[in-house]
Amino acid sequence: MQVTKGVVKALVGNHAVAYAVKQAKPQVLAVYPITPQTTMLEKLSEYVDRGELKARMIRVESEHSALASIYGAAVAGARVFTATASQGLLYMTEMLYWAGGQRVPIVAAVATRALASPWSILDDHQDFMSKRDAIWIQMMAENVQEAYDLTIQAFRISEHENVVLPVMMGFDGFILTHTMERVEVLHDSVVDSFIPPRKFNLVDFTDPVGVGPVAPPEDYIRIRFEAKKAMERSKRVIKEIFREYEDISGRPQHGLVECFMCRDADYVVVSMGAWSGDARVAVKRLRERGAKVGLLKVRVFRPFPFEEVRDYLRDCKGVLVMDRAYSFGSGGILVNEVKVSLYGHDVPVHSLVGGLGGMDVRPLHIQTALENLMEGKLEEERWLL
Amino acid sequence: MINLPPGVPLARPSLGSSGQTGTWRVLRPVIHYNKCTKCRLCFFYCVENTIDLELNMFPKIDYQYCKGCGVCAQVCPTAAIEMMREVK
Repeated sequence: MQVTKGVVKALVGNHAVAYAVKQAKPQVLAVYPITPQTTMLEKLSEYVDRGELKARMIRVESEHSALASIYGAAVAGARVFTATASQGLLYMTEMLYWAGGQRVPIVAAVATRALASPWSILDDHQDFMSKRDAIWIQMMAENVQEAYDLTIQAFRISEHENVVLPVMMGFDGFILTHTMERVEVLHDSVVDSFIPPRKFNLVDFTDPVGVGPVAPPEDYIRIRFEAKKAMERSKRVIKEIFREYEDISGRPQHGLVECFMCRDADYVVVSMGAWSGDARVAVKRLRERGAKVGLLKVRVFRPFPFEEVRDYLRDCKGVLVMDRAYSFGSGGILVNEVKVSLYGHDVPVHSLVGGLGGMDVRPLHIQTALENLMEGKLEEERWLL
Repeated sequence: MINLPPGVPLARPSLGSSGQTGTWRVLRPVIHYNKCTKCRLCFFYCVENTIDLELNMFPKIDYQYCKGCGVCAQVCPTAAIEMMREVK
């Protein structure tokens, strides 16, 4: 495919995602406002009102109903979108599992935010990470550009005939949703050819079937097993779609993980989401001083890229994994996944937990932790309090 | 037809596949058609959707699935539906 230079715009994260949604042309939207996602809903309503997006915006009374209504629309053959955050995502949880188990192609954007109690509207990944077993593909953006790119790719991935799974696109609340950045947006015609109208439907109206049926144990476990296989299959599909997007946008998409100066690195920091940018700065500063450090950014969290993580990290002298979410009684969530990837390899893995409830994390924090790691002075788990 | 990947849970309901609930019945609703005014209240109220309308708009009960709950008899404004003891 031919690379056509996109248009450069200055957009806040929410508007960039709304723009991507407009270009993807969903037919049904149901979004319930919640901080920090609200401005995205406002923008989408504006698009619908002005007729730029020919979609039905269903006004719902809750996040649960939002997902329930687009679930129905998606089963009936429409392309659908919703967005939420934090408590809204928790309220949506019951329907998340229905959509995942039923394998309905849905795209949801999650403007990640802390969970109550105590109340906080600021950014961390607890809401997003808590949904890791809902049979949803989960991807996370580092910056506004990536949030735009992943939203467009999400529609393709979710509707791919070998996948047929809902996709959740996470991007950090306020840090990305309300920050204006330079974004290269694709031309509408390019997006149109990248995401053609949906070719298949879950139900055939001439041959009625029951959706969301009751399943006896032997069917239930088989259906779950197929969902597991679909998740595994989706890895290849996601990589293919990323590569295809690279060709039309001219921007590198890296795959399931992005390796930044990590190929020859002895010490690697692993992160996900917006603070990968801070980690990048820390890595650059240490490289300038001759330290062999690198960054491995996880872009796709479910399905988790075990092979890629293992390939990049197995020869390291030390790994530092940054977690913006915590599994209480267990440990950082990302660090546990990394440890599983490295099972059988003798690589010390350290955990850095921080940024909960919007606590500011700067490149210096990461730099200090990396320096301590290299000196052998880093504890197994450090909290940035 | 759709070419779906395996593992999408869909059911193909057929007669009796979800249980012949008609066997649960203790009382059997019987419509006295001479009193029926075709108001269709029983049709709208039937919780199990077992009352169908015939071409002449008279209601007809599907005894294969009717559980005999008696809602139709309660809502009938002309008391045209009588709950009679089921005789096996």
